[in-house]
Amino acid sequence: MISFRGTLDPLTLKTVWPEPKHGWAIAKRIRQISNEVLQVQQGSLYPALHRFEQRGWITAIRAQSEAGREGRFYSLTETGRKQLEKETTNWSRSSKAIDIVVAKT
Amino acid sequence: MSSRHKLFMQIRMLFGRNRAAERLQDELRFHLDQQISENIASGMSPDDARKAAIRAFGDPGLIREQVRATWNWYNLDKLSRDLKYGVRTLLRSPGFAIVSVLVMALGIGATTSLFTMVSAVLLRPLPFRDSGKLVMLYEHFRDVKSGDGFNAVAPGDYRDWRSQTHGFEDMAAMRGYGGIVSGVHSELPEVVQSAGGSANLFPLLGVTPVYGRLFTEAEDQPNAEPVVLLTWSLFQRRFAGDPSIIGKQIHLDTIPTTVIGVLPNWFNYPDARIQFWMPYAQTFTPQDYGIHDGHQSTVVARIKAGVSVGAATREVSALQYQIHLANASKPVAEDVWSRPMINDVIKDVKRPLLVLLCSVICMLLIACLNVSNLQVARAAARRREVAIRSALGGSRLALVREQMTESLLISVAGGGLGLLLSLASTRWLAAHWHNLPRADTVHMDGWVFVFAVGLVAATAMLAGLLPAISSTGRESLNALRESSRSIGGSASRARLRKVMLTAEIALTVTLLAAAGLLFHSFVRLRTADLGCRTDHVLTMRFGLPEIRYNTRERVLNFHQSLLERVRRLPGVSGAALVSTAPAAGPEGDRVFTILERPAPSSSIQYVALTRTADPQYFSVMQIPILRGRVFSENERLHNDRYIVVSRQFVNQYFAGDDPIGKHVRGSWDDKVDNYEIIGEVDDTLYDVTKPVSPTIYYPILSGIPNRTSEATIVLHTSVDPLSISTPVQQQISALEPELPVYNALTMDQILNKTTASQGFAADLVLAFAGISLLLAGVGLYGMLSYLVAQRSVEIAIRIALGAQRPEVLRVVLVDGLMPVFFGAAAGFAGAAVAGSLIQSMLYGASVYDPLVVAGMAGCLLFTAVVACVVPAWRVSRVDPMQALRSE
Repeated sequence: MISFRGTLDPLTLKTVWPEPKHGWAIAKRIRQISNEVLQVQQGSLYPALHRFEQRGWITAIRAQSEAGREGRFYSLTETGRKQLEKETTNWSRSSKAIDIVVAKT
Repeated sequence: MSSRHKLFMQIRMLFGRNRAAERLQDELRFHLDQQISENIASGMSPDDARKAAIRAFGDPGLIREQVRATWNWYNLDKLSRDLKYGVRTLLRSPGFAIVSVLVMALGIGATTSLFTMVSAVLLRPLPFRDSGKLVMLYEHFRDVKSGDGFNAVAPGDYRDWRSQTHGFEDMAAMRGYGGIVSGVHSELPEVVQSAGGSANLFPLLGVTPVYGRLFTEAEDQPNAEPVVLLTWSLFQRRFAGDPSIIGKQIHLDTIPTTVIGVLPNWFNYPDARIQFWMPYAQTFTPQDYGIHDGHQSTVVARIKAGVSVGAATREVSALQYQIHLANASKPVAEDVWSRPMINDVIKDVKRPLLVLLCSVICMLLIACLNVSNLQVARAAARRREVAIRSALGGSRLALVREQMTESLLISVAGGGLGLLLSLASTRWLAAHWHNLPRADTVHMDGWVFVFAVGLVAATAMLAGLLPAISSTGRESLNALRESSRSIGGSASRARLRKVMLTAEIALTVTLLAAAGLLFHSFVRLRTADLGCRTDHVLTMRFGLPEIRYNTRERVLNFHQSLLERVRRLPGVSGAALVSTAPAAGPEGDRVFTILERPAPSSSIQYVALTRTADPQYFSVMQIPILRGRVFSENERLHNDRYIVVSRQFVNQYFAGDDPIGKHVRGSWDDKVDNYEIIGEVDDTLYDVTKPVSPTIYYPILSGIPNRTSEATIVLHTSVDPLSISTPVQQQISALEPELPVYNALTMDQILNKTTASQGFAADLVLAFAGISLLLAGVGLYGMLSYLVAQRSVEIAIRIALGAQRPEVLRVVLVDGLMPVFFGAAAGFAGAAVAGSLIQSMLYGASVYDPLVVAGMAGCLLFTAVVACVVPAWRVSRVDPMQALRSE
């Protein structure tokens, strides 16, 4: 499995943008957009979410889900957006580098 | 992210942790519920849907922990939980907790106290301006091998140094002096210590007067107008702190003297007992002010910027060598030595203080090892609990932390208690340490507090880390594998305890050895043969004012009338006069030549202590007459050219030959003259801690005013000597109403005074060693009980299979005494090191003192046997059936 921090941090941040989501929806979205490639234990998402919240990258609000249940919805803050940009840049830079290395061998 | 937001989050997490935990619980449940309902929607049965959801999610308990770990204050959370556990486990065994805390309090308290003293006395700079630049200058005689080589300075030398060398910014001189203070009408006379200081002394040190002014150079001349500076204590005590005394006169030695100023409260250098200062030169006669062979002063100098101490001292030393050459026949030193002023102040206490600090640190180490040992034993009882927790995934770090918290709690409680203890004991120590320099500066400060906190942390580590690591290791899982009928016990843990015990015993032996040596040396001091009678002897000093007692007849008349009067007193069986009683100090010495023998070379002088004595002194004090006779009533007034010498004098200067009828040539009265030796008496010590010195006795009945007017009356009594003190004082005031009498002391009191500091240090180290021995005994007992308890099944089986009980007893005892033997062997090595450290504090005792070694071994063996006997006895009473069934 790919290291959680390195790959899932930007992914997780990206999923809560533009519209707020709750944890389950985030997990589902990650699975969908990665075409089921990233099979992560859903639970391990929560320590990451709470870490982001402590750092101020995302904020949580209580809101109704589509099913009508109260849940915690996470949305990206201004700091979070900058962090996402930074991580995306980092990510694409290193993935390009890896592509080059892979192509040459 | 803004720091305001961060702060907000932190505060919210600090106070809303319980709510946050609930929210998290909700959140996770919400997720699972969502997943379950989706699974059901895709056609699973509710039960399968639930299992699948949990499989996809992971262990909710673990996730919860991981999330909590990301929260702020998580460590605080953990700490408070550990503390709660720690307090609970300690409270479960209050005996262990109380003993451990007390042991730690004692160790930490004692160490903190000693550190307080060391930091105040040894480390803190002197309270003078730029005190790091102050050095003391001393004369050094190349041929004198005794002492430390630092000799007092002659006034003539000092004056030449100051006027002819330029390596130091400035140098100033001072000397101790005595004096009688009284009011202008000679009222309320009292004898006090005083000092003479040169005019530049106080500016050099950076001392400014509180009232009035300092000495001027014009006043610092032998025959200048008499002026005096009062110390703060005399100013407060005698003049009620009234500044109007400035400019008025008081009487010093009956000479009217003008008070010109008051020194600040903090200034108590070089001795807190000094009551007033006179100009240095005024403490000399004009002739004496220029001499090079009378040594009594100390010189302080300030280092000049850009000149090294070595270079400056060499310049002075070169000048001194010229002075030495110019005065070849006199005792004038060849060299000048210097040392920093702080070293000069602390020279006598540095080693005792460091030795005491080392011994309390030893004691603290022993205390730590003991608590550590007890912890290991307790950990053994909780082996299974720890094993189960680590099998269930409890992290080792968490387990170690939990155990460390316990020892931290013990250390913190012990440290708190110890700090209180040390507050009280530091004051007591400083007050009871005889002649401790800078005793008034000893108090707790921030550094001491920091030291105490560091000590607490260090002891917690020391006492907790070893047991915590040993009890949570990989092997801890073995506890589960061991059947309940395990018989071997945990060998590795027992080994750890044995190693700790060995260290404990080694430290104890080291301490015991040091204590034994110090104590034995002290006992030897106290039982040292002074060479004279010491029981039922009272001594009192007085000094006749030279203004009125200015002729031989007047002094003689007073002495004779006094003796006649006190000899008639009931309870007095003998009375005599001597200038200074045995053990009461050196008084003074003089150089001389012997008429019948070749003159000494210029560097090796004939020197002897001088005493004056009356005819009955030797019989009253029971000093044996070895040859010839002592004085009679005939050696009086101008018929005074006769002397009595001591055995050491004869050994040293006559090689033991008969000295009677030979002549000593020297100056005693006003000019150099010959004195006939009429007798030889046995030696007496002038100081019990010092070797005997050759001594010359002159007849006190000569009545020479400045040689015999200050005297000690010694009385042998048939009743309690102190009860005679008042009647004798009444007789003295009947003869001379305003003559103050001082130092009314029995010989025992004089001995106590001179040996007080040695006794104090010996007592303290002995107390520390005693406590350490007790701790080691407790440790030994604890370990052996533990071993026996662990092996009770094994022993029961052995006994059931026919092992003889004495044999079992032997095995257990060997097990227990092994650490004692190894520890003792290591301790002897430590003792040799400690011995060399305290060598200079020992009086006439070798480091390898057989009595001490034997006594120490006896103490240790006794403690070890007592500690081992109870568990061993228990073993020999083991009932095999019961022991096997109880498992």
